[in-house]
Amino acid sequence: MIAEVGLAALWMAAALALGQMVCGALALREQGAEIGALTRPFAIVQGLLLAISFACLLYLFAITDLSTKLVVANSHVDKPMIFKVTGVWGNHEGSMLLWVTVMALAGALIAWLERRLPENTMQATLAAQGFVALGFFAFLLFSSNPFERLPTPAVSGVGLNPLLQDIGLAFHPPTLYIGYVGLSVAFSFVVGALVTRQVTPDFARAMRPWVLGAWVFLTLGITAGSYWAYYELGWGGYWFWDPVENASLMPWLAATALLHSVGVLAARDALRTWTVMLGVIAFSMSMLGTFLVRSGVLTSVHAFAVDPERGAFILALLVLYIGGSLALFALRAGSISEGERFTLASRESALVFNNVMLSAILGVVLLGTLYPLLAEAFNARVSVGPPYFNPVSAVFAVPMFLVLAVGPLLQWRKDRFSRIKTPVMISGAALVLALVGLGLFVDMSILALIGFALAIGLGVASLQPLWGRNLLRVPTATWGMVAAHFGVAVALFGIASEAALTEERLAALTPGESVVVGEWMVTLDGVEPRAGPNWTALEARILASYDGGAQRALAPQARTFTEPVQETTESALETRWNGQLYATLGNRLPDGRWQLRLWWKPFVTLIWFGGILIALGGALAIVGHLRVHLRRQSIERQIALRHGQELPA
Amino acid sequence: MSETTGGLKPKHQRLVLVVIALVVLVAAGLLAAYALRNQASYFYVPSQIVAEKPSPDRAVRLGGMVQEGSIETLEDGVTVSFVVGDGDATVPVRFVGILPDLFVENSGVVAEGRYQADGTFVADNLLAKHDENYVPRELQDMEQHQAADVYGETVEGT
Repeated sequence: MIAEVGLAALWMAAALALGQMVCGALALREQGAEIGALTRPFAIVQGLLLAISFACLLYLFAITDLSTKLVVANSHVDKPMIFKVTGVWGNHEGSMLLWVTVMALAGALIAWLERRLPENTMQATLAAQGFVALGFFAFLLFSSNPFERLPTPAVSGVGLNPLLQDIGLAFHPPTLYIGYVGLSVAFSFVVGALVTRQVTPDFARAMRPWVLGAWVFLTLGITAGSYWAYYELGWGGYWFWDPVENASLMPWLAATALLHSVGVLAARDALRTWTVMLGVIAFSMSMLGTFLVRSGVLTSVHAFAVDPERGAFILALLVLYIGGSLALFALRAGSISEGERFTLASRESALVFNNVMLSAILGVVLLGTLYPLLAEAFNARVSVGPPYFNPVSAVFAVPMFLVLAVGPLLQWRKDRFSRIKTPVMISGAALVLALVGLGLFVDMSILALIGFALAIGLGVASLQPLWGRNLLRVPTATWGMVAAHFGVAVALFGIASEAALTEERLAALTPGESVVVGEWMVTLDGVEPRAGPNWTALEARILASYDGGAQRALAPQARTFTEPVQETTESALETRWNGQLYATLGNRLPDGRWQLRLWWKPFVTLIWFGGILIALGGALAIVGHLRVHLRRQSIERQIALRHGQELPA
Repeated sequence: MSETTGGLKPKHQRLVLVVIALVVLVAAGLLAAYALRNQASYFYVPSQIVAEKPSPDRAVRLGGMVQEGSIETLEDGVTVSFVVGDGDATVPVRFVGILPDLFVENSGVVAEGRYQADGTFVADNLLAKHDENYVPRELQDMEQHQAADVYGETVEGT
C-alpha cells in the first residue's frame, strides 16, 4: 500500500511539473498573465508530493518491506537501522528519487519566498524548473521506478555494498546531490532571465543564494568524499583523479567561477553574458557528472550503479537541456546589454582572470576525464592519471592563486596598482621567505616547495582585507570571503605537507615487535578475531607512542562481510594537532608475521579543515547577503509607512 | 598601466578581455592535448611493454593476468614478486606493500609503477578487482583487444 502511495504521489508531481511548464510558457504571451499565476502553487504542491513520496520509500526501507524490489536488492533485515535509512539513496533508483525530491523542494522554496524578480521572469524560471524536473520524472517513472513490486516477496534481501556501509559515504552523496540540484535551480534562473530578456543585477541577487548554497554543499561533499577515499579505501590518498571524483570537481570549478561572476553582476552590473554562460556550463557539468557516474562508461573504483541504458537516457537529457539552453543563449546573447565598464586594475578584472583560470582548469580536467572515452572510439586503451592532471592543472592554478591574493585588495571599477603596493609586498615577502627558508633547510620536491610557499603567501594575503578595519563593522559577506580564501591556503598547506613530509613504513611483525615511523614508536600487540552485526574481522591491536609519550591504541581491521561476501580494509587513525598516524593491517605470512602499513602524515588534516573553512566562507556569504537584503526591505517598509502616515495629514 | 587601459574605449577593452580569455583557453587546450599525447602510451599490456620499453623515469601502468604459481613473498615479509602475462609475453613484477584483497593467481591486475632497464616492473600500486563487480576496464576484453592487435600486425606484415 505504502509503495503505491509513493508511486501515485510521484505521478501527480510529474503532472504538476508538466502543468508548471505549460502555464509558465503560456504566461509569456500577453493575455496569459493569469494562467502564469498558477506556477507558484503548482511548484509548492509538487514539493509536498515529493516529500510524501520520499517519506514512503524511507518507510519501506526502515521496515525492510520484502515485497518491494528495490528494498530486496539493496537492503537486508539484519542491517543496522542507520544503514537501512542511508540505503535509500545508496542505489540508483533511490538516489534519483532523492535528486528529484530535493529539486522539487527547492522549486517550492523559490515559489514561496522569491519576490525580488519581475513576476514574468519568475514564471519563466518556474517553467524552466518544471521542464528540467520533467526529464527526471520521465527517467524515474519509465526506467527506474523505485516502488516496483516483486511478484513474490523475498525472504531476506541481498544487502548493501559494504563499501557503502560507512557513515561518511552514507551522507556524502546527498550532500553532493543538493549541490547539483542547487545548480539546476541557478540554471532555471538563467533560462528564465534569458527568455524574458532581464539579465539584471536583481536577477543576479535572486540567483546568488542558490549558487552559493550549491557551492557550499558541493564543497562539503567533495571534502567528505576526499576524506572517505582517504580512510575507507585503505590507500591513504585523498585525491585519485578518479572519473567519479572529477565528476564532482568539474561542477565545483564551474560553480566557483559562477559564484564570483554572479557577485560582480549583483554588485556592479558587469559580466552579464559571461554569468549567463557560466550558469549553463555549471548545470551542464552537474548533468555530465551524473552521466559519468551512472552510465559506467568510464573506469572507476567508485562507479557503483552501472547501466548503459540509463546512461543513454541521461545522455539524451544532457543533450536536450544543454543543446536547448545553448541555442537559447545564442539567440539572446546579442540582446544582453553590456553593463558597466571597468579598467584593468580593478576587482572586476581580477575576477575575470580568476574565471578564465578556473575555466581553463575545468577544460583540463574535462579533457583528461573524457580522453579515455575518445581514445576508445579509436580502439586505443588509455588511462589518464595523476602524471597528467597534477602538473597541467597546476600550470593554471598557480597564477590563479597569485591573483587570488591581490584581487580582494583592489577596488571595484577603477583602481591603481600602486595603491596596494604595501600589502602585496608583505605577502610577497612571506612567500619568498617561505620559499628560501624551506628550500634551504628542508629537502623536498620543487612542486611541494611551491605549494608551501604559495600556501603561506596566500594565507597572509587572504587576511589582508581585514587589516586596518574595525573588525566588528566588517560585513558578514566579507568575513565569508576571507574565510574561504584563507581556507584555500590552509588546504594547500595540507596538500603540500602530505606530498612532502609523509613518512611510510611497511613491516612484517610478530606480535610484540616494534617499528619506528617518523616520530612514532609502533608496537604490534596482537591480532584477534572480531564480529560485527553483518561482518567478521581480524583486528590488530597496535600501540603507538609519539616521541616517547603515552601509548595510544589503534585497531585496524580486515573485514569480511557476509551479505554480500566481500572483504574491506578498515584503516585506523590516530590524530594529533600536527598530523595523523595511519595504520592498515595486511596479510598473515606463513611464518606467523603480520604485514602492517604505517604512515605518519604531518598536517594532513588541514586538507579537510581547509575544505570546511571554504564551505563556511560560502555559508557566511549567504547569511551576509540575506541580512543586507532584509535590512534593505525593512528600511523600504519604514519609508513607505512614513509616507503613508504623512499623506493623510 | 591603469592610465593607458583606462583610456581604452569600452568596446576595445572588452575585446582585449575576450582575446586574453581565448588565448588562455586555447593554451589550456594545447597543453592538455600535448600532455595527453604523452600519456597515450600510459597503459601497456606485457607484449607492448617488452616491445616498447618505456624509460624507467616514466610512470606507466601495466595490465595483465597474474601467472599461476608465480606469487612469491620475499624474506622481509613485505616485498612480493609475481609474473604478469598476456598470453604472448610475460613481465616479472616487484611490489613492496600490502596486496589488495582480491589479488589472486589467474586474475587481472593493473600495476602502477616503472619499467626498469633490467626488464622487471617495479610497482608502487596494484589495482586488483575492487569488488566482485569491478574489473579494470582496460582488461575487460583483453582477448579481443589482443586479437585485434595480432590481426593488425599480420595485415601490416603482408
